[in-house]
Amino acid sequence: MTVTPHTRYLASRYDVVIVGAGPAGMAAAVAARERGAERILLVDREADPGGILLQCIHAGFGLHVFDEEITGPEYAGRYLEQVLEHDVDILTDAYVMDVSPDLRVKLMSPDIGVSTVDAGAVVLAMGARERTRGAIRIPGDRPSGVYTAGLAQKMVNLDGYLPGRRAAILGSGDIGLIMARRLALEGVEVVGVFELLPYASGLTRNIVQCLHDLDIPLHLSTTVAAIHGRDRLERITVAPVDDERQPQLDAGWDLDVDTLLLSIGLIPDAELARTLGVQMDGVTGGPIVDGCMETTRPGVFAAGNVVHINDLADWVSQEAVVAGDAAAASVTGAQRPRQDVRIVPGDNVAYVVPHTVASDGTHTLSFRVRRPITGPTLLRLGDVHRRKLRAAVPAEMVTVKVGPKLLEEVRDDVLRIDAVPAEEVAT
Amino acid sequence: MTTDLHDRATPEPEDATPQGDVETHAYLCTGCPLGCRLEVDAIDDEVVEVRGFSCKKGERYGRQEHTDPRRPVSTTVWIEGAAIRRAPVRAADSVPRDQIRDVVEALRGLIVPAPVRRGDVVLRDVCGTGVDVIVTRDLDRVR
Repeated sequence: MTVTPHTRYLASRYDVVIVGAGPAGMAAAVAARERGAERILLVDREADPGGILLQCIHAGFGLHVFDEEITGPEYAGRYLEQVLEHDVDILTDAYVMDVSPDLRVKLMSPDIGVSTVDAGAVVLAMGARERTRGAIRIPGDRPSGVYTAGLAQKMVNLDGYLPGRRAAILGSGDIGLIMARRLALEGVEVVGVFELLPYASGLTRNIVQCLHDLDIPLHLSTTVAAIHGRDRLERITVAPVDDERQPQLDAGWDLDVDTLLLSIGLIPDAELARTLGVQMDGVTGGPIVDGCMETTRPGVFAAGNVVHINDLADWVSQEAVVAGDAAAASVTGAQRPRQDVRIVPGDNVAYVVPHTVASDGTHTLSFRVRRPITGPTLLRLGDVHRRKLRAAVPAEMVTVKVGPKLLEEVRDDVLRIDAVPAEEVAT
Repeated sequence: MTTDLHDRATPEPEDATPQGDVETHAYLCTGCPLGCRLEVDAIDDEVVEVRGFSCKKGERYGRQEHTDPRRPVSTTVWIEGAAIRRAPVRAADSVPRDQIRDVVEALRGLIVPAPVRRGDVVLRDVCGTGVDVIVTRDLDRVR
């Protein structure tokens, strides 16, 4: 299905081709048009644009972009309207098979078969995939009834099926918490959420509204140690973990469940970037990008969860505006800012995006801390800026805006970001 | 409404004639990553003091959470004739926390015909909350 009728006949060349029509791709498309790119092709493999937003029927979207709290489908709907108003060609049910180094994009769809278009610039906006059982190697049988939380969300919210009657959830990521509530409201008995770490991975708001409100217990420092069941899941063994995160089986207990949802993290769906040979960040699993969200391959930009996992769709869209704008600028021949300052993660910082910035520009740096700091936190940007944060936990991405005034003071073209407990610094 | 709560916030010891004992209730603030553990001292619904907050928002949240906790509610309903089987819906405004399950129950079994448009009302005044339930996605008729 093509959304815009004339997309049935692809042009041989587009200024900007965007891969993925979720909160990143749609925002990039609008921004690219506003910056003067004429012909834009927005490609998505699903039947409708919107990406994962369409199955996120809960509220919590739009506070930053639309100044109003709305649901995922509404967020997607509003962006789609903007995309259509901006005269962007949308091709759905289509798969981008390859992007060549000279920016030839190979597409496949039932409508057009296999086709290749030339692109002036490409924006990668493929989002992320869920980690599966294989990623954490849960021992035991291999019955049906073990799902990733997002897959269960699709089953329930789009297809109208319940995955089971009695469920446990491994991992306290936001999708798992949202699904705990969703299943409980649909009459599934949710016996508990189990989290390997000593703290929850999801937003506080979801702990309160998805677990406390529905009396669903959260077991910290506890994991699923074994899966039992011949054809269908029958039982799981859960056990507390020691300091090395190894399950203490003698302290474990069994739970009769027919469903186990895994909410154990997302990984950037960056296969196309890897094939293109762009440099990748080993921590985020996404491509290395500069202050324009351009990868190490000129003309190839990336934004959203394909670069690093964000907490909010709003931030994904805001990041994609930078990518879309710069992609358009690259094809209209605008002067490119020199990316002269390298941003590096320092004490207690896992990663920072973007990886380089232009010192004469204004940028939003996004990062995550490694260990939770539950009290006053000192955020240090090299020796040029210090700021107090009230707390910094891995579950919540931290963003900080930097401008030319600050960046011009950076010495040796390297800006190191630290986030440490404030009292440690005082002593 | 918030103003009302604020007015009540100023305790006036002169005419305070407590009917019951002061009880302390615990809440987890959802305003920011800090997740402050709030303690709300109250005589029934009358908040005497909020402790443990780090900002104005936290104090306000503690009062609201004790006197009138409200939540957004989303679910899905059957849709006939669209490309997918469920249409996403939500309460147009937040509803009392204790009525979340009732609202979802009230929508179970409801069938709407495609097409639907964002904002279409599928159920008025759900469970007497005064809140309508609206569709959150445009879904065309395809068959």
